[in-house]
Amino acid sequence: MLKKTKERDAKLAAHRNGSRRSFLKYGGATVAATGLVLAGCDPLEDLFPEDEREAALSRVVELLRGDTGVLNYALVLEQLEAAFYIEVVDNPYSGISEEEFIIMRDLRDHEIVHRDFLKAALGQSAIPTLTFDFSSIDFTSRDSVLNASKTFEDLGVAAYNGAGRLLKSPDLLLIAGKIVSVEGRHAAAIRSILDEDPQSFAGDDIIDANGLDRAFDPETVLKAAAPFIINEINANELIGLLK
Amino acid sequence: MNIYQLLKSYNVKPESSDTYVTRRDAFAKLANFGKKAVMASVPLSLAAAKGNKATAKSMGLSNPVDVLNFALTLEYLEAQFYREGCSCNVIPEGRDRAIFNIIERHEFDHVKLLIPVIESLGGEPVKQPEFDFTAGGAFRPFSDYAQFLALSQAFEDTGVRAYKGQAANLMSNGDLLTAALQIHSVEARHASEVRRLRGIKGWITGDERGEGMPAATQAVYEGEDNLMQGGVDVRDVVTLDSIGTDGITESFDEPLTSDEVLTIAGLFIV
Repeated sequence: MLKKTKERDAKLAAHRNGSRRSFLKYGGATVAATGLVLAGCDPLEDLFPEDEREAALSRVVELLRGDTGVLNYALVLEQLEAAFYIEVVDNPYSGISEEEFIIMRDLRDHEIVHRDFLKAALGQSAIPTLTFDFSSIDFTSRDSVLNASKTFEDLGVAAYNGAGRLLKSPDLLLIAGKIVSVEGRHAAAIRSILDEDPQSFAGDDIIDANGLDRAFDPETVLKAAAPFIINEINANELIGLLK
Repeated sequence: MNIYQLLKSYNVKPESSDTYVTRRDAFAKLANFGKKAVMASVPLSLAAAKGNKATAKSMGLSNPVDVLNFALTLEYLEAQFYREGCSCNVIPEGRDRAIFNIIERHEFDHVKLLIPVIESLGGEPVKQPEFDFTAGGAFRPFSDYAQFLALSQAFEDTGVRAYKGQAANLMSNGDLLTAALQIHSVEARHASEVRRLRGIKGWITGDERGEGMPAATQAVYEGEDNLMQGGVDVRDVVTLDSIGTDGITESFDEPLTSDEVLTIAGLFIV
């Protein structure tokens, strides 16, 4: 029994350290040949029977402190967005236009790039692959999908805008800046195809009287994202940065 | 809409036409007179800052007041461009007009926000320069809608790169940094919308300026094809094989130094 538990712990640890393994994998065939890569690449569901999965999910995901915590926080959102668009592109809503499909595919690709880049940048400190709950989204409905997309993109913009001041490294701030404007481009495009109001791309619901986009602190963002994330996330050290 | 129909409807001239050559020639002069023009009209503090070698960290400016005056100069340019565009009949009624009305409002909001902030830091806000959006007769943005859209795209994409380049110079003041980021993402929303209005994607692929953009606006897109982020070749870490270099470059917007931005803006400053 103990042995079994140990094995599963090792599997979970391997899963958590997946980023390092994945990263090593790209270093060359030598590493891949050792077989190290396997554990890190499997989705959580495949690694554990249902009850074990529950147990794994009940373990709190720690974002850690400092710039690592900020990047892990960004990685939560990028994982969420990537998982969402992968689902959308795999099962496009009925009546999707060619233009809309191209936008969804582009957004999927961009969010995967952001996710994979952040994971590689964080290495061993990266959070594990999270499990999401999109049951509130009707993937067959254009309205449901595009509204969810609008929520995620606007939230992503507000999250990066609010997180900039938490970063200590100017190089990481620059990289965050490179990502947030792409999220802003996404948000505008989604709003433009979804909403009738031609001014929605930068509408008064999102841009204030000073011409400023939203900037949210991590607590606000994680609360808004929580209904879609099964794992419990501990951002206390990150939230503490603002206090 | 089909991109070619769209361009035709905007009366975009083919590469060989005289108008195009004129514009291209005008832009070829950019490096010479653009810089000179901007050096003559930007405030002394900015001109002095331009002498510094741009580093990865500073991208040219180090003092927050200088950064904000640099931003104010760009906002003046955009605000004035849209004011002139919206007060003549170049923008079609309806959807297009509504889009540019709100963009115009945001640029003025940014001007109105930046001036008191600069004053509160003990700085002196720069005066609005005199602009010539024909760039010495090369453009007719207020009588040719395709040219208006092209310049709008160039200004918005430049604005995104300009704010991004200065973010690190505002790190000493979290409130200023946050406000700058909040403007930055608004410029990105504008850029996306204007690009899509022109019939191209809202994001930048490689260093492509996009169909219908004058070759001379290429300076706005130089370096956007970067594949290295934080020392990582992003191609090596992306896990979905179908994502090629196009998708990677679209995923990251690149910064410009203040020098590079002023060279572009300088073409339109008298």
